[in-house]
Amino acid sequence: MSRPSDLVQGTLDLLLLKILALQPLNGWAISQRLRQVSGDVLQVSDGSLYPALHKLEQEGWITAEWKTSENNRRAKYYSLTRLGRAQLEKEAASWTRLSDAITRVVRLEEA
Amino acid sequence: MRIEHWFYTLPLRLRSLFRRRQVDQDLEDELQYHLEMKIEEYLAKGLTPKQSRQAALKAMDGLTQKKEECRDLRGINAIENTFRDLRFSVRLLAKSPGFTVVAVLTLALAICANAVVFGVLNGMVLRPLNVPRPESLYGIEHGNEYSMTESYPDYVDLRDRNRSFDSLAAFCPTQVGLDTGNGSARSYGDVVSGNYFDALGLQPYLGRFFHASDEHGANSVPYLVLSYSFWHDHFSDDRGVLGRVVRINKHPFTVVGVTPPDFHGILIFGSPDFYVPLVDGDEVQWGSLMGSDLLHDRGNQWVFMTLGHLKSGVTSEQAVADLNSIGVDLDKAYPKTHGKTRFRLARPGLYGDYLGGPAQAFLTGLLLLAGLILLAACANLGSLFAARTADRSREIALRLALGSSRHRILRTLFTEAFLISLAGGGLGLSASVALLRGLSTWQPVPNIPMRVPVSPDGNVYLVALLLALVSGLLFGLVPVRQVLRTDPYQIVKAGSNVIGMRRVTVRDLLLVGQVAICAVLVTSSIVAVRGLVRLLHAKLGFEPRNVMLIDADLNMAGYRGEAVLAMQKRLIEALQKVPGARTVGLIDFVPLLTTYVNVAPVFTDQAAELKPSNAAAHPAIYRISPEYFQAAGTALLLGRTLTWHDDQNAPRVAVVNQEFARRIFGSVANAIGRYYKMQDGTRVQVVGAVEDGKYAMLTEDPRPAAFVPIMQGPPTGTTLLILRLDRNRTEIASAIRNTLRGLDAGMPAQIQNWNEGLSIALFPARLATVALGVLGLLGAMLAGTGVFGMAAYSVSRRLKELGIRLALGAQRREILEAGLGRALKLLAFGSAAGIVLGMLSARVLASIVYQATPRDPLVSAGVIFAMLLLGLLATWIPAQRALSLDPVTLLREE
Repeated sequence: MSRPSDLVQGTLDLLLLKILALQPLNGWAISQRLRQVSGDVLQVSDGSLYPALHKLEQEGWITAEWKTSENNRRAKYYSLTRLGRAQLEKEAASWTRLSDAITRVVRLEEA
Repeated sequence: MRIEHWFYTLPLRLRSLFRRRQVDQDLEDELQYHLEMKIEEYLAKGLTPKQSRQAALKAMDGLTQKKEECRDLRGINAIENTFRDLRFSVRLLAKSPGFTVVAVLTLALAICANAVVFGVLNGMVLRPLNVPRPESLYGIEHGNEYSMTESYPDYVDLRDRNRSFDSLAAFCPTQVGLDTGNGSARSYGDVVSGNYFDALGLQPYLGRFFHASDEHGANSVPYLVLSYSFWHDHFSDDRGVLGRVVRINKHPFTVVGVTPPDFHGILIFGSPDFYVPLVDGDEVQWGSLMGSDLLHDRGNQWVFMTLGHLKSGVTSEQAVADLNSIGVDLDKAYPKTHGKTRFRLARPGLYGDYLGGPAQAFLTGLLLLAGLILLAACANLGSLFAARTADRSREIALRLALGSSRHRILRTLFTEAFLISLAGGGLGLSASVALLRGLSTWQPVPNIPMRVPVSPDGNVYLVALLLALVSGLLFGLVPVRQVLRTDPYQIVKAGSNVIGMRRVTVRDLLLVGQVAICAVLVTSSIVAVRGLVRLLHAKLGFEPRNVMLIDADLNMAGYRGEAVLAMQKRLIEALQKVPGARTVGLIDFVPLLTTYVNVAPVFTDQAAELKPSNAAAHPAIYRISPEYFQAAGTALLLGRTLTWHDDQNAPRVAVVNQEFARRIFGSVANAIGRYYKMQDGTRVQVVGAVEDGKYAMLTEDPRPAAFVPIMQGPPTGTTLLILRLDRNRTEIASAIRNTLRGLDAGMPAQIQNWNEGLSIALFPARLATVALGVLGLLGAMLAGTGVFGMAAYSVSRRLKELGIRLALGAQRREILEAGLGRALKLLAFGSAAGIVLGMLSARVLASIVYQATPRDPLVSAGVIFAMLLLGLLATWIPAQRALSLDPVTLLREE
C-alpha cells in the first residue's frame, strides 16, 4: 500500500538501502537523490517515501537520528545498520538474479 | 541475528509505547521539513507561495494518510487494541453487574476448592522436607508390611554394613516429662542416633549438634538439642541457654545446640521440642521400666524409623538389593527373632506408605472431585456466556452488518472471559490462602501438638492462576460457534427470537453435564455422611460413654520395678473410692486412643520351632487388670475373666477375643482351657473369651487380640486407668485429681473423657465427611444456579409466546410445562447420568471413605431426593414469574 504500483514490489526497499549505504541522508535528500539517480523513471511520490523509511527502521535495517542539515535546520537523518547492510546484499543479489532471468526471457522473445 | 534485531528495534517499540507524544511530534517535524523544502523548490520554480504550498501538499500524496501509515508501522496497534478491548469489556461487565457477580463468584468458589485441596496435597505430599538434598532422602520400610521399625542392634547392622547410603540415621519420637527449671511438663521430642544431624546434612542455628563420634556405649552422651520453636517459646531466644542443664524424666541433660528454624523433624505433621541421643534412650524410653536392654535386644523393634541419603549414583533398586542381602544375613544369624527380613525404600515424611499411601489416595481422590467442581463451574459459566451471547445476538449482528469482523467480536468475548477468570481466580485464590493459613494453625488432635504444614506457596498460586485461565478459555470457547454462525441479515430482520428454539443446543448439553457432575458430588457427600454414621455406630468392643481415662505417668514419677505394680494397685483402690465411680480397670494401651498396638507373634501349642514365619497369628497383646473388661464394658462370652490371683506365682493365663479363638482354635468354645505359646516358649492358657473390638483403627478388619494380667511378666510401661461412672459427671476430674495428689503429688497425669479421646480414631472419617460435604454442597449450589439460570432464561425468552398462550386460555399446568419443561427434563437427564456415574466412581470413593458404597439404596434415594429438591428450588422463581404473567401488559410492551 505504501508503494506506487509502477515500482516492482520490494524494489523501493532495495533502492533506499542502497542510497543510504553510500551516506546517511534525511528524507528530503533521499527523495532528491532518488530522482537524480534514476531520472524520472522511478516515480516515488514524496509521501510514500516515509512509510517505506519507517518500515525499514522498524525492521532494524536503518536507524535514525536528528541532526542539523546543510541549511542549518533540524532534520531526521537515516543511516544503514549492520543488519541493513546484510539485507542490502541479500536483496541486491536476488534483484540481480531476477533481472537477469527477465532479461534472458525478453531476449528469447526477440530472437 | 535475532538479538541484534531486538537491539535496534526494541528501543523504537518502547519509545512508541511510552513516549507516544514525542514520537508523533518527531513524525510531524520530519514531514513538515520535507513539506517546507518542497515548497521552497516550487517557489524557486517561480510559483506563488499559495500555489507552491498546494503543489507541495499534492506531491505528498495525502499527508494525513501517510502519517497514519507510519503510525501503523510502529506495530503497537495490537497492544492498543487489546487495551481498548479490555476497557470495552470492563464497561460491558459493569453494565450487567448481576451476571458479573454470579460468574466471578462461581469461578471463585471452584478455584478456591481446588487451591485448598491442592495446597494440602502440596504441603503434605509434594513439598520436600527442609533438609539439604531432600530428593535422595529415603526411609527404610519393611518389605511385607507398612512399617519402618527396627530393633537397635538391627539398625546398627544396617548402618554399618550397607554400601548404599551416605550415612544411616535413626530416630524414635517420645513423650517425656521435661523440666527446664520450672517443674516437669509434658513434652514431645525425638530420640535420635548420634549421626542424625550429620546424616541429614543439617547445620545448627546455635551451638553445636552431637555426632556419632560422641557415642561410647549406653548413656554416654547426656546432650540435648533444642528445636528452634521450643527455644523461641520457652527460652525467649536466650543465647545463654547453651550449657544449661535440663531434666528429662528427672535425668540431667546438657543443652548443646538449637536446630535451624525451618527444620521440624522428619515427620511432616510432627514438631519435636528437642532431640536427645538414642544411646541415652533408656532413660527417656520405657526400656528400664520394661526390664529389657533396648540397645541389645533384637526382638524389640522400638526404633521408629531408619533413614538416610542415598549415595550419589546409587539407584533405589541397588540400595534395596544391598539392604536385602543384609536382611538375609540377619535371618541366618538370628532365626529366633527374624523371619523374612526384606526392605523397601519409602519417603520418610509421612512414615512411608503407612500414612503416605492413604494420604495420597485421599488427597488425589479429593483433587479429582475438586476438578469436577471446576468442570461444573466451567459448564455453568459456559451456559451463562452462551445465554449472554444469545441475548446480544442483535448487537452482534449489528456490529457485523456495520463491518466489524467476527474475529474482532470473538476477541471481545474472550477478553470478557479472561477478565472474569482473572477476577474469579484472584478472589478464589485469596479465599483459599486465608483458608490454608487457618488450616495450618489448626490443632486436629487435642493434647498432642501437631503441625499442619499447608501454608500456601508459589506452587499453589501458580496452579490456581493456571486453572483460572484454563477455565476462562474453556467457558470462553462456548459461544464461539454462536458468533461464527450469526447471520446478521436474518437477525436484524426477524429479531433475536429466531435462533435455537427447538434443537438441542450446546447450552442444554452443558447443563446436563453440569447436573451430572453435581449429582456425582452430591452422591459422594451422602456416601461420606453414611460412612461416618456407620463408623459412629460401629461395634467398638467397649462402651466409651461415661468413662474417664486417667493416664498416670509412673515412669516420669520415678517408679521402677516392683514399685510399679504396687502403685498401680493403690491407684485402682483409691480411684474406686471417688464418688460416682462404678468400676476401675487398668490397661497399658487404650484401644483406639492411639493407633499404637503392641503386636507379638503367637504359636500353637504344638509348634516346635518358634520362628516368626511359623507364627499362628500376630495378635494385639494388652496387659490389663482383672476389672478392665467390666470397666470398659467389654462383654465376656465364655469362660472366666482374670483375677488378682493370676499373679507371678500362678500359671500364665489370657483372655482372648473371638477372632483370636477362631484363628487358633477354630471356635470360641474350643478355645477355653487350651494353650498357646509365646515366642520365648511360655505356654499361656486361655481362660476366657470376649467380644471382638476395634483396636488400632475404626476401619480395621477384625483382628485377634489377647488380654493378659499386668501381674504376670515385667511391669507395664504405661498406666491407663479406666474409670466407669454411674452417670455422666463433668465435675469428676477435680475429684480424681485430688485422689491422685493424695497418692503422689509428683506424679503427672492426664485426665480425659474416653469419648473425647476417640477423636483421633474418628479424625480421618470426620475429615473426609467435612471435605466431601463441602464439595457436595458446592456441587449442589452450582447445579442449582445452573438450572435456575436455564429456567429463568427460557422463561424470559418465551415471555411473549407464553403471554399469547395465556391470552388464548392456556392452563397454568400447560404454561409451566412450556416454560420449565425443558429445564426439568434436562435436570432429570443430568441426575440420572450423575447417579450412574456415581455408582461407577465407587472405587474413588472407597479410597476416601470407610466402607463407601454408592450402591446403597439409601444413598440413591438421598441423591434423587436432593436433586429433586434442588430442581424445585431452582425453578421456583422462574415458575412464579411464568404464572404471574399478565398477557395484556406483555403484548402491549413488545
